[in-house]
Amino acid sequence: MATPRTRASSFSRNVPSTAAPQVPGVKSGPNGTLFLSSGISDLDKILGGGFPLGSLVVVMEDPEAPHHMLLLRNFMSQGLVLNQPLLYASPAKDPRGFLGTLPSPVSSKDDKPLDRDSEQEKGLRIAWQYKKYFGENQPNSNSQRDNKFEFCNEFDLRKPLQRQFLSGQRVECMSTQDSSDLAALHDRCATFLKQFFRTDGNISGAGRIAIQSFCAPQCTYFDKEWHVLSFIRSLRSMIRSSNAVVILSFPPSLLSPSFSKRLQHMADTLLSVRAIPDEDKDLAKLLTGYQDMIGLLSVHKVARINTQVPIILEAATFSIKLQKRKFLVLECLNQAPVDGSSGTSYATSGSCSVSSKGGSLDF
Amino acid sequence: MDNLLDRALGLDGRGDRWPLLGKVVLVEDCVETGGAFVVHHIIKRFLSPQPAAASNHSLILVAFSQPLSHYDRVLRKLGCNLVAQRDNDRFLFFDMLNLRFPDRDDVKTGSSVLVSLFEKIYNAVRALSAEKNCITIVIDDIALMEVVANGSSDSVLDFLHYCRTLTSEFDCSVVALNHGDIYSTTEKPMLMLNLEYLSSILVRAEPLATGSAVDVHGQLMVFNKGEHDRQGTPGSKVHNFHFRVKENSVDFFYPGGRG
Repeated sequence: MATPRTRASSFSRNVPSTAAPQVPGVKSGPNGTLFLSSGISDLDKILGGGFPLGSLVVVMEDPEAPHHMLLLRNFMSQGLVLNQPLLYASPAKDPRGFLGTLPSPVSSKDDKPLDRDSEQEKGLRIAWQYKKYFGENQPNSNSQRDNKFEFCNEFDLRKPLQRQFLSGQRVECMSTQDSSDLAALHDRCATFLKQFFRTDGNISGAGRIAIQSFCAPQCTYFDKEWHVLSFIRSLRSMIRSSNAVVILSFPPSLLSPSFSKRLQHMADTLLSVRAIPDEDKDLAKLLTGYQDMIGLLSVHKVARINTQVPIILEAATFSIKLQKRKFLVLECLNQAPVDGSSGTSYATSGSCSVSSKGGSLDF
Repeated sequence: MDNLLDRALGLDGRGDRWPLLGKVVLVEDCVETGGAFVVHHIIKRFLSPQPAAASNHSLILVAFSQPLSHYDRVLRKLGCNLVAQRDNDRFLFFDMLNLRFPDRDDVKTGSSVLVSLFEKIYNAVRALSAEKNCITIVIDDIALMEVVANGSSDSVLDFLHYCRTLTSEFDCSVVALNHGDIYSTTEKPMLMLNLEYLSSILVRAEPLATGSAVDVHGQLMVFNKGEHDRQGTPGSKVHNFHFRVKENSVDFFYPGGRG
């Protein structure tokens, strides 16, 4: 979307793509930050490149739907495909079982360009005003494809991840239900992050930590608010000095509002997911493509590391859709036209000026 | 060049004395709109004032939320080199980020950390003021200090009271960042009410009521308690304006007054 453009001032350094670090799956961003992919290419684009290394990503769960799992799954799979070490903590009795549900990357090279083309055609047919987005995507994905490791893969949610990615020694799992307090988890994170301690200049690898349903009621530390907060404060300080990303989901509806606010303040990137009710007639009338949506994702805060400028997105809420029942995509919400005439007037005023980039879709 | 925030804080005076001396400035923000840029702005103004009085300004930054590299990069873009200032002994950085995670046994650690922190600050301030320096203490941020104190807001308040005594004893100023929306659902947010009472200038950063925009990042409310109005009678004054944060500066303007 417009994120990369808003961020670049006229004095920004033009980093050539060849200067990117040689570690697979790591991309350099503005202000000396390095990005890891979230595993969802649309989310990377929305956030201006991905999750910066050294940041804490917090996902606020919906109490009624497990949409946060979609984010976690893609994030974890992406890491495993790139051979990045992973630490996964969950309140389940057997966290390793969750690894069986991770999606598999679409590996065949011939599948993807075909997919792109059909996507473009569809864009031309249904909504040619989105051409500007395709224009941006195209060079990006082309350059990435040349590398052996891609920054962000596409994942087929119906296929489980192949065994070969899971068999390595690089996956650690832990149940947060067992221990009476967070000291064990803290020690585990500390030893995990020690291998990614940031030294000046060179980076040898990147790690990922996924903590699912933190402070769920079945954990014994559930009511020790200050204990939980000081764990996150400490985790945040550890992650700041290491080349890793922590993604943590928590159920805000089960916590006191001030506690939840404190957690949100500590987050570098703050997302929330929401289910959409099945038969909401008003919403269905208001939004196009309502039938295909499985949920909504809101971006509340984008990480601001080494800068004071907030990133203001064009839209804060996106619909989560499954393309061909396989791929997770995020789309802007589009208001359904009230009648035929209003649609055309919007189109003529809005996008003709933008479509100056040239291409097969120009009018 | 002065902007609306400088004017509201009283920084636009031409005197060679730092105008915030002896004052406590409290910055409150919320999840949607961060207020850190106000703190950065004050740090920058304090460390690079008009050339005449520049040499004896010293800053103590107590950082709970970000590492030094972050502040260094941000301030460098604003035109202020913290590392060079640190080498000149004009900038002291207290890294509270890497405090140890408290174990089960030491429940008392929280307040003892703050006690030892205050001792360090006190010694630093005393040493600096012996050289006739003009000192500002910046605390970023109080919500995390509460976490470090294990939720004991009393010890945080004690700490801030002690810091405030420094303002009268050594004539230094205190700038603190806090998150206002944490307390919005608390029935009697003693910490926040006490802080607002203690402060002589309150700066509140809020999102626009109409949502976020690319051109306007939010609005600031500056409540300056010690300001004199046009007739010269002491009173308090409220300034309201919008802002847009940029890498090397912040634009301040009245609502709708952006050219």
